[in-house]
Amino acid sequence: MESSEALKQVNAIFIDVLDNEDIVLTPETTASDIEEWDSLNHIQLVVAIEKHFKQRFTSAEIQKWSNVGEMCDAIQQRLNK
Amino acid sequence: MLNFNQLKKNLKKDFSGFKKVKLAILADNASPFTNQVLKAYGYEAQVDFNIYEADYDQISMQVLDTSSELYEFKPDFIFINKSTEHLLKEFYKLNRFQQTLFSDKIIQEIKGYCDIISSKLSAKIIINTFPEINDSVFGNFAAKTNTSFIYQLRRINLLLMEYAQQCKPLFICDIASLQSSLGYQYAFDPKMYITGDMVYSIDFLPYIAKNVTDIIQSINGTFKKCLILDLDNTTWGGIIGDDGIEGIQVGYLGIGKAFTELQLWAKQLKQRGIILAVCSKNTEEIAKGPFEKHPDMVLKLDDIALFVANWETKVDNIRYIQKVLNIGFDSMVFVDDNPFEREMVKTAIPEITVPELPEDPAEYLLYLRSLNLFETASFTDDDEQRTKQYQEEAKRTVLQQSFESEDDFLKSLDMMSDAKAFSTFTIPRVAQLTQRSNQFNLRTIRYSENEIELIAKSPDHYSLSLTLEDKFGDHGLIAVVILKKQDDITLFIDTWIMSCRVLKRGMENFTLNQLVTIANENSFKKIAAEYIPTKKNGIVSAHYKDLGFTADGDKWILDTANYIDRTTFINKK
Repeated sequence: MESSEALKQVNAIFIDVLDNEDIVLTPETTASDIEEWDSLNHIQLVVAIEKHFKQRFTSAEIQKWSNVGEMCDAIQQRLNK
Repeated sequence: MLNFNQLKKNLKKDFSGFKKVKLAILADNASPFTNQVLKAYGYEAQVDFNIYEADYDQISMQVLDTSSELYEFKPDFIFINKSTEHLLKEFYKLNRFQQTLFSDKIIQEIKGYCDIISSKLSAKIIINTFPEINDSVFGNFAAKTNTSFIYQLRRINLLLMEYAQQCKPLFICDIASLQSSLGYQYAFDPKMYITGDMVYSIDFLPYIAKNVTDIIQSINGTFKKCLILDLDNTTWGGIIGDDGIEGIQVGYLGIGKAFTELQLWAKQLKQRGIILAVCSKNTEEIAKGPFEKHPDMVLKLDDIALFVANWETKVDNIRYIQKVLNIGFDSMVFVDDNPFEREMVKTAIPEITVPELPEDPAEYLLYLRSLNLFETASFTDDDEQRTKQYQEEAKRTVLQQSFESEDDFLKSLDMMSDAKAFSTFTIPRVAQLTQRSNQFNLRTIRYSENEIELIAKSPDHYSLSLTLEDKFGDHGLIAVVILKKQDDITLFIDTWIMSCRVLKRGMENFTLNQLVTIANENSFKKIAAEYIPTKKNGIVSAHYKDLGFTADGDKWILDTANYIDRTTFINKK
């Protein structure tokens, strides 16, 4: 999967889970850029991403993500394994 | 079931106009999702939850300190949510001997909570059963030794159910049984638990919200009373008009087992007090055939309170059933295999519940069970008699048509009523009537059994419960009045409720005669009353006017000195 494709799909998940049509993600986006992206919603986002891509991430992996780019990289790595 | 994310979108919707309910959530695990999902699920049930969520793992602190936020909040309901995961941790801290006493210790703790709460608040308490975790320390031998966690856990669940039978304000949300149908793998997300101490997966949370809400709704008087069954391909396989009695699938023929088991379930519901009705597009005589003659039919004509088979539309027939049974559409469930009929009924009568049956009859029962349609907050002996009472009512209707005047008809019924103050025997039924009656209910105040007990003992209250029987049968306890001393000369009618089963019998006149007698015997000169309108109690809007009370602002007054007994054909037992 292309990295732009992963970002596009993650963006759609953010819009759905955070219920905000205006969200435009870039690889540099962090939680502080999006109002609704708090720790509680983060858990929901991870569950939704895992379901969508049919992948399970480790707790350590998730804690390492500091922006959307790293999130998408992890998705791609797992998908291309 | 709507998923968590779909439900969450409800949070932005308009809750105004919904019934307001104050709910406190006390959890030993991180509960912000539990809070969110309950609030959001409330929208589906038209309840506006005002939620107080205690801080993380503060159950004892909040309950034992009676000056805590919990008591300040004055909730209507308290959901005490303890988790098996935390229980397990507690269990591991104990030595072997203490472990064998673990279940008793936990139950004592829960009893302590309930005692303190009920001494300070009139709130109902909801506690969950514990989903099972086998920690695999003993393997299967765990089921053979009382020192294992699973042994203690199962015993806690059993003791909790036993305790709930004695503790009136305590209700149980059976999370253990939810988990056995969905599975621990589904209900629990180890990552959420490890990183956030959340013990329920995102997918499982909506089920908890639904079940807690179902309990609250049933306590507040919203629940199902009637199951309407279609016949062809719903109650039996095949079409009776085409296949004939020998050809329909029920019992051992074809996939008859699926229908037999559905019938067995319906029969159990009937015995629990759910009214069964039939609504079928058929010729009546042909449709009744299997009920009378088929050896494998579980349901007999006796089980069906109202049998409607004709060629009218189902919408018209369900409206007819509603009229005869005199219950709200929102308390009815209509089960039909035909998506077209279902859609028509749902569109015309949006209040009625119409399950989207799976295509394969083999899946009917599993699906229907999963919906938890028939939540109830009480069960009394009276419930079992309900079908018989509706059938007797049908006989009375036939008799009534043969009389010229209503008085002649009423006289011919030989009616008797037992009117007396609340007693230990009548208190559960009295409380049930206050919780369930919506139509003939002047002020719609709901009382728990506890509260009714207090009223029965109070020197400032007079109570009256009334039965009615006639030559066709016994209606049981059908009316309740609570009188409250307002001042030295005035009694106020706090509650006046009557079951709609006995409308138009002159029961109101008989009851008022009894009330005036109570007033006179206790030297009161006036009876004051009030009608509080709701969406459902329009039939009693002119109740006090019709009984000769005079309007006094928004209250009604009756002078007992000038009262002349009203005509009634009911004799006091």
